[in-house]
Formats: sequence, structure tokens, C-alpha cells
Amino acid sequence: MPFKRYVEIGRVALVNYGKDYGQLVVIVDVIDQNRALVDSPDMVRSQINFKRLTLTDIKIDIKRVPKKKTLVAAMEAADVKGKWEKSSWGRKLIVQKRRASLTDFDRFKLMLAKIKRAGVVRQELAKLKKEASA
Amino acid sequence: MAPKKVTRNPELIPGVRKISRSQMYHKRGLWAIKAKNGGKFPHHDKSAAAAPVAEKPPKFYPADDVKKPLSNKRKPKPTKIRASITPGTVLIILSGRFKGKRVVFLKQLTSGLLLVTGPYKVNGVPIRRVNQSYVIGTSTKVDVSGVNVEKFDDKYFAKEVEKKKKKGESEFFEAEKKDKTALPAEKKDDQKAVDAPLLKAIESVPELKFYLGARFSLRAGVKPHELVF
Repeated sequence: MPFKRYVEIGRVALVNYGKDYGQLVVIVDVIDQNRALVDSPDMVRSQINFKRLTLTDIKIDIKRVPKKKTLVAAMEAADVKGKWEKSSWGRKLIVQKRRASLTDFDRFKLMLAKIKRAGVVRQELAKLKKEASA
Repeated sequence: MAPKKVTRNPELIPGVRKISRSQMYHKRGLWAIKAKNGGKFPHHDKSAAAAPVAEKPPKFYPADDVKKPLSNKRKPKPTKIRASITPGTVLIILSGRFKGKRVVFLKQLTSGLLLVTGPYKVNGVPIRRVNQSYVIGTSTKVDVSGVNVEKFDDKYFAKEVEKKKKKGESEFFEAEKKDKTALPAEKKDDQKAVDAPLLKAIESVPELKFYLGARFSLRAGVKPHELVF
């Protein structure tokens, strides 16, 4: 199985450590073996160690070290945000965040909804079983 | 906030103003006010203090020293309650007989304790006091605007003092038999009066009644410090 995600200019990566934790960034330059220059619409362009990056499947078409404006335009054109939120990885992170922000009452309502759903499933299953045996 | 006044007389260097005192006097138009009031600034007349009553000095000095108590002007500040706890907040009680119950906060009493109610009909918690350290405040709120809690204070919850009876020989052995005192009817009525508007508010929100009726508990793997309440 060959690698599918490369460290390259325009590769979108997720920061997994430090103060920008959880932010989606774009590699705009490779400084050396260990560090990359990364940028995103709402941060100051800075260098970061590759150990702190997790590469994603998304890649955008940019030249080396573009201006902020061109970067934002390129990200818009490639629909980075939409693609990320549609990917299973991005969706998982959104769901995790949503679950963590549930209040006590919300969790209770969720429990009730789960019970209700289980009841419906059980009923349908019983119907099918009855049909199969008949 | 009132709009900030721009001074007409800024300081050139600390202590030295741009305009002199007499120039400023003219600039402010104080002379006009003086002229209007007959050469004087208007002022309120001091109300004449009542003449002190002449008191005869005592004939002798007191023989014994009488200690004057030190004046103590300290007034205790009301206990601060957590910002998450406001009237109508649903609280989770953490200890005691009602631990895990979700109750509604009504008001803070002067002792700093929290006045809460179940409501009694929903989860069996009567109107009672709890300390805020034994409580988790949630972000759920119940509308308590219609509830009248004026009559509840710390005295309301005081125990009735029982008069001690002299026990005779025969009564001594039956002393263990204590007849249970029933809750006075007026307290029951108070409970009903508080709960009636509260129940109406609770029933207007779907599933809130079940929520208050259920006990809170932790499951395996749930980290309470990471939960949002």
C-alpha cells in the first residue's frame, strides 16, 4: 500500500498539539526535515513541527508561500471547510464536540430518545419475526 | 456611563493649568451667578440643630469602672452564591437523603443557605434548605416568576422547642415510645402554594417533569469534571 498523503505545498493538516490544537492548517512551505510553514485564514503564518501535524486527504492548489488573500481564495475554491466537515474524520470531531457540550437536561432528553428508538426497533423486529415464522 | 467631559482647562505640565484661576472664574460665568444672587453664591441654609439639653454633671465619679463594650460596626456580608445558581435553576443535590435528586432553586436565605423545592409532587423533595457546596448547578432553568417565597426565612425551618417533662417511674420505661409528630397542615399548604405555579411552569416544557423526577447518577467511564451541567 503506497502512501496517499504527502507532505507537500497545499496539503491540509490538522494540528494535534499546542495552542492551535484542533485547527485545520495548510502547509505553505517546508522549512527542513522537521518543520513546515503553515497558514490558515484565522492565524498568523508560523512554523510548526511535523510531529504536531496530522495530514489529511485534502490538498489545495497553491504556489509556495502565497499571500493570505490568495490562500483564502484557494481554500474557498477547493471548499476545504465543506470537504472536511463531510469527511468521516471531520464529522467525528464535530460529533465529539457536540456531545461534550450537551447539558445535563440534554443528556436526559437524549436518553429518552434512545429508549423510544429502541422500542420502535423492537416492535418492527417482532413483526418481522412473526412474518418469518408464519 | 455618562459621556466623558472634555476639560476646557488642560494641564500643560503636571500641576500647571492652561488657564489661570481668575480667567477660569470669568470663563465659567460665575460672576453672572453671583450678580443674580446679590453678590453671593446660592446656598442652602443650615437647619438649626436642636439646642442640647442641659444635663447636670453627676455629683460623684462612679466608684467602679464600667467597661464599655467595644463598638463593633461589622455587618456580615451575604454569602456569595455561585454564578450558576440563580432563582429557577435546576440543582442536583449531592448528599444526604435526597442525593441525586434534581430540585428547583427558589432563593437564598439570610444564612446563606439555598431554599429549594422538588417540587414535592414530582420527586418527593419538600421545601428545604441546602448548602450550596452540596449542590451542582445546571444550566436548565425553570420559570419561577409566579412563585411567592416571601414567607420563607431561616426561622420557618427552626425546630419547635419541646418542653421537657419530668418523667415518673412508670413513664420511664415507656420513654422510647415517641409518637411521631405529623407535619402541620399549614406547612403542607405552604408546599402546595409554592408548587402549584411551579408545576404549571414545569409542565409547559416537554420532558422537564420526567427530568426532575429522575435521579442523577454517574455511569462507568463518565468523568464528572469533564461534563457540562
